[in-house]
Amino acid sequence: MAAEREPPPLGEARQPELEELEDGEDLFTSTVSTLESSPSSPEPASLPTEDISTNSNGPKTAEIILDDDREDLFAEATEEVSLDSPEREPILSPDPTPAITPVTPTTLVTPRMESKSITAPVIFDRSREEIEEEANGDVFDIEINVSDPEKVGDGMNAYMAYRVTTKTSLSMFHKNEFSVKRRFSDFLGLHSKLATKYLHVGYIVPPAPEKSIVGMTKVKVGKEDSSSTEFVEKRRAALERYLQRTVKHPTLLQDPDLRQFLESSELPRAVNTQALSGAGILRMVNKAADAVNKMTIKMNESDAWFEEKQQQFENLDQQLRKLHASVEALVCHRKELSANTAAFAKSAAMLGNSEDHTALSRALSQLAEVEEKIDQLHQEQAFADFYVFSELLGDYIRLIAAVKGVLDHRMKCWQKWQDAQVTLQKKREAEAKLQLANKPDKLQQAKDEIKEEIEEWETKVQQGERDFEQISKTIRKEVGRFEKERVKDFKTVIIKYLESLVQTQQQLIKYWEAFLPEAKAIA
Amino acid sequence: MTTALTEIKHLPTLILLVCCEYLAIFKKTVAMHEVFLCRVAAHPILRKDLNFHVFLEYNQDLSVRGKNKKEKLEDFFKNMVKSADGVIVSGVKDVDDFFEHERTFLVEYHNRVKDASGKSDKMTRSHKSVADDCNRIGSSLYTLGTQDSTDMCKFFLKVSELFDKTRKIEARVSADEDLKLSDLLKYYLRESQAAKDLLYRRSRSLVDYENANKALDKARAKNKDVLQAETTQQVCCQKFEKISESAKQELVDFKTRRVAAFRKNLVELAELELKHAKGNLQLLQSCLAVLNGDT
Repeated sequence: MAAEREPPPLGEARQPELEELEDGEDLFTSTVSTLESSPSSPEPASLPTEDISTNSNGPKTAEIILDDDREDLFAEATEEVSLDSPEREPILSPDPTPAITPVTPTTLVTPRMESKSITAPVIFDRSREEIEEEANGDVFDIEINVSDPEKVGDGMNAYMAYRVTTKTSLSMFHKNEFSVKRRFSDFLGLHSKLATKYLHVGYIVPPAPEKSIVGMTKVKVGKEDSSSTEFVEKRRAALERYLQRTVKHPTLLQDPDLRQFLESSELPRAVNTQALSGAGILRMVNKAADAVNKMTIKMNESDAWFEEKQQQFENLDQQLRKLHASVEALVCHRKELSANTAAFAKSAAMLGNSEDHTALSRALSQLAEVEEKIDQLHQEQAFADFYVFSELLGDYIRLIAAVKGVLDHRMKCWQKWQDAQVTLQKKREAEAKLQLANKPDKLQQAKDEIKEEIEEWETKVQQGERDFEQISKTIRKEVGRFEKERVKDFKTVIIKYLESLVQTQQQLIKYWEAFLPEAKAIA
Repeated sequence: MTTALTEIKHLPTLILLVCCEYLAIFKKTVAMHEVFLCRVAAHPILRKDLNFHVFLEYNQDLSVRGKNKKEKLEDFFKNMVKSADGVIVSGVKDVDDFFEHERTFLVEYHNRVKDASGKSDKMTRSHKSVADDCNRIGSSLYTLGTQDSTDMCKFFLKVSELFDKTRKIEARVSADEDLKLSDLLKYYLRESQAAKDLLYRRSRSLVDYENANKALDKARAKNKDVLQAETTQQVCCQKFEKISESAKQELVDFKTRRVAAFRKNLVELAELELKHAKGNLQLLQSCLAVLNGDT
């Protein structure tokens, strides 16, 4: 537990064979264990400890799987399992779907597949055999699409509804393919729930797409122009990426709220996500308070790994922002180029019309046509610039903010632990004073009180230490996972982007090759 | 410290960039001068001009005096008069079909070339902006590559290198478009203006001729200064016929040259665009091959 291993060296791709899974590896056991972070609330749940012994997965845990999502899930699982931690009190909170109040994460359990009463979030129990069963049958396979944006309602109360389609072979879901209609605030509501449950214990919860009052107002008002269609498309793509990232996270995938979001046809309206609601204002106040606190916490970082990571993420943040700005400029200029090329094409056509030499006139018209096609090409490239490259960078800038948030939570956790220690010390000093005091009548009662308090604070200190260690452990794992995802994401996206550039050049060659003989034909 | 180093790393690139820009502009200027001189040399009358010969042969410095204030003012007034006159003169319909056709043609052509020239300029400038953005993206990727602790660093560095190279090609595309298209159009903008001016001069001379005719008729009617009127009329007539003849030739030549110039430039433009697109494609494909091989 003490020495968390460094994020494993990347580059060692390995294909896990399914036979290994059939050995009865407790994949989902591990995910259960990750949620066993002690709650910040003072009363520990007195529940039977789940007896989850682990298989020895020692040698396999060192290897890193880069290839696809399903392997990632297993990789995480194998790592987790070997780091057997002594405290294994599953926290079963009675209220898994909170509003804003911080809540302990629910245990990862899914009901037996036979019982179908799962739409409402409920506490589930899970036996070891069940977990094994699922592990054997399942392959991490879930595909999410967000499509068909549809305007619902009129005027200022109108909103866009998006179709969320899930295709999966995971047995935790009722069906293999299903779809629901969701609106933007539903997505925000989902994120809010997940963030409240998981952020403060160290999980990097993917951030939801940003709100845009201007964009939405245009849509509501009913402007059917290209800028509002673009806005809707941008949002749709962002929502899709958001869900895809969220389900990739093995812990979040197990969350009943996420499942409810994907599956149930009716969802309670998430009013708390509105900016000007009571909850919204509370959020803003909290954010401000957090910012102030961050400045005042001076943590004694004993762990070099965290210090290094903090710095790395700062640098990454800065550079990504710069790159993002450059790519946005590129998108803008390419759109300009497209417009200017179109204008030139028209002008060349006019010139061709007034040219009285027949062959030259024809060639000029051809030139106009070529330029028109090229303008289309530039437009398409600008789309690729944006949707493929620029949006990825934007997503990662927000993700890194989430990572920084998680690191901040760790600092707060540390602070809490330190504060508890200080209080304990004070109580002990108070006790010592009492020992030396000379008031016999009140003494015994006071001594008893103090003793109780000391016990209470001793527990708190221990809890604080455990919390801190737990969050540190979770963060290490999360950061490792995040870095792997980041590498994969960037590589995939950049290659896709370069391929779009290749296509553009190939088209350009075609167009100019067609034009050349026309130009030569001018006699 | 790292940022300072990356700046220094880019210093030779910056110097190179400036040199490339200068070279591009220099090429342009040289090309335009060459076209001008060839034109003069090809002109049946202008080629015999003594000034021209001196310009070509004198192997020491020519001391060309710039226009002084007075001359500049004269030019200014001449232009004013010309445009005012032009309005009056263009109202006169021409007897000769050829010139009538040419005038209508030239007026429209001139306007359209002007429009095309402006739009071509804008397009070329946009192209350059895009190339500049690629440059910035390349250097950002470089910094990311040097900072990254994961597998991505090699990836970023390779892509940064790619952007650097494609940026150069994009810049050259922009420069070539400028040279072959924008400059061509600008040149013919001025040429068509010169042709219009020629027509104007001819019209002027026609008006003079018609006025001389009227004066002669008046003189004959009054039987006063007939001989003088006759001489004036004859001089005007000769002037008009001479200018008409040379103008006709000039305009025919103008068409031939225009067609040849457009052909040459459009062919060269297409060839250069192809060359650059192929170069770009090759860079992209080889980079992708490396990146795909690595992952």
